[in-house]
Amino acid sequence: MRHFTTLLRNELWKLFINPSTYIAAFLFLLIMGFLFQLILLDYAGDPKEENPSVTFFRLFFLPVFFMVPLLTMKSVADERAVGTIETLMTTPVTATEVILSKFCAGYVYYGFLWAFTASFHILFYSFVQEDSIFDPYPIIGGYAYVAVSGCLFLSLGIFSSSLTRSQLIAGIVSFSLVFGFIVVGSFLDELALPWANQPQWVEALANHTDVLQHMRDFSSGIIDTRAIVLYISCSLAFLFLSILILEYREGGS
Amino acid sequence: MDPIEHTIEVEDLRKRYGKLEAVAGISFQVAKGQIVGFLGPNGAGKSTTMRILTGYAQATSGIARICGYPVASYPHEIKRRIGYMPENNPLPLELRVREYLKWRAQLKELPMRHRGRRVDEVMERCDLTRARDRIIGKLSKGFRQRVGIADTILADPEVIIMDEPTIGLDPHQVIMIRDLIASLRGKMSVIISSHILPEIEMTCDQVIIINGGKIVGQGTPNELRETFIDSTIYELEIKGDLADLRESLKRLAANLEIAQFDEADERGFSKVTIRIPRNHDIPGNHDYGEMLFSCLSDNPLIRARSLRKREAPLEDVFLAATRRSWETLDTELASDSGDEGNDAEKTEIPAAN
Repeated sequence: MRHFTTLLRNELWKLFINPSTYIAAFLFLLIMGFLFQLILLDYAGDPKEENPSVTFFRLFFLPVFFMVPLLTMKSVADERAVGTIETLMTTPVTATEVILSKFCAGYVYYGFLWAFTASFHILFYSFVQEDSIFDPYPIIGGYAYVAVSGCLFLSLGIFSSSLTRSQLIAGIVSFSLVFGFIVVGSFLDELALPWANQPQWVEALANHTDVLQHMRDFSSGIIDTRAIVLYISCSLAFLFLSILILEYREGGS
Repeated sequence: MDPIEHTIEVEDLRKRYGKLEAVAGISFQVAKGQIVGFLGPNGAGKSTTMRILTGYAQATSGIARICGYPVASYPHEIKRRIGYMPENNPLPLELRVREYLKWRAQLKELPMRHRGRRVDEVMERCDLTRARDRIIGKLSKGFRQRVGIADTILADPEVIIMDEPTIGLDPHQVIMIRDLIASLRGKMSVIISSHILPEIEMTCDQVIIINGGKIVGQGTPNELRETFIDSTIYELEIKGDLADLRESLKRLAANLEIAQFDEADERGFSKVTIRIPRNHDIPGNHDYGEMLFSCLSDNPLIRARSLRKREAPLEDVFLAATRRSWETLDTELASDSGDEGNDAEKTEIPAAN
């Protein structure tokens, strides 16, 4: 792994000097800010039980749907299309180092984007009435969930990108995988309805894969290790598959 | 033990893409410090062979060794020993020249204390110092090509593989690259592929002509001429009659042919081109110059002003070799190129010290 830091630094540097990084971040924050404002307007209309920050985290999947494919589709597919993967893989680097550096660079960027949304909560709490109770745990839980699930979503994106040389196909595949994981995962038991008498294990599985439920748990302070194990193991599996694909196609090892 | 140290050894290499056999049993060796040119029409299998040598593509069968290490089993060992420039020279367009080369130096495991100096040295050598802080995407093609070449020689590898390094360069830059490659002779083994035949002829010690995935000719440019050009051509300027000339040249070679006889100029000399078909049973360099002179001086009716042997250009060799491979049956071809391969190995130029 001696080249990992070299590769990671280069990936981050390329993100840093690329104007599209800043444009994407700006648009992301614009949309997130707009969502947060909508939530606040809604709250101003009629009072609700929940903290607005919790409602904000409930909508986490909206940015994930478009940000994750856009962020990761370039990673391997673009290098393949330009041909730089050939010069990269003929130096003494391994496929593992290449995939992990791309994943980590994407993760750092993704983390930064979400970290900026913390300013919404800060602004919100600095302007609320003096006597309102500040409860930081839903926010901490929400960010913890975003951090853990981000691993999985980005690894799905890197995996899609390593399949092909076309960024468009990589983007579509990664959107399908992320969408599939969130929507199908959350509504697995309903989707399995045509099964006349639903076996017990479908329900058990559906409980496991319910992404929206995981979010609700985390943002109400329940840190469920089963969910953490699911996300981390799945992301490792997809990263491993990406390494295998890169090794197979580009002959690294 | 072989007295010549071979840095590249390829034995019966094959690569199959579905039904198409891109490389169909190639064998060759490159001695240390030798410069080898790969010639062949588009789609002949040059790039595929080069990719297999770098470990980027996997061969279907056969063995390729770099510095004695089989490429397929020791990809890391060989990647530390090669510098590779792919076709079309892909570069990250958003980085600056020095930035890119420093990063590549890190990837190629250059020790930290030499890194900066080595990058400067290589930029100086490739005439890139002026462009060191410019963004690669904004450089002209010639500059980009030189960035690619600078990258291949960066880590001082034992083997350099360049796929069409001089494509798209102006003559001035081509000469620079040629000198650069020639300066590597004796230190590194270099394989270059090119369409530009005079390039190959000027820089390479050994030429390998590939067509249809097979080696159809191998050796020094002179050996290839010997094999593929079936006649010796002389150009003379003489004063005298065509009939007299024909008469006096009769005893030189029975099948001699006067290919061209121009009108006499104002001083009475005419340009004559004669072709002497080669007798393949007699080896040797087919030099008829002295005999020609004596024939001409024996005849008092003819006065010669100049005599010049015309070397067949590598173009002709290339065309003859590829044409022959298309015409000949596969079986014949296999045995043929095998023999030539052995000949070439015997006469290989040993490494310069």
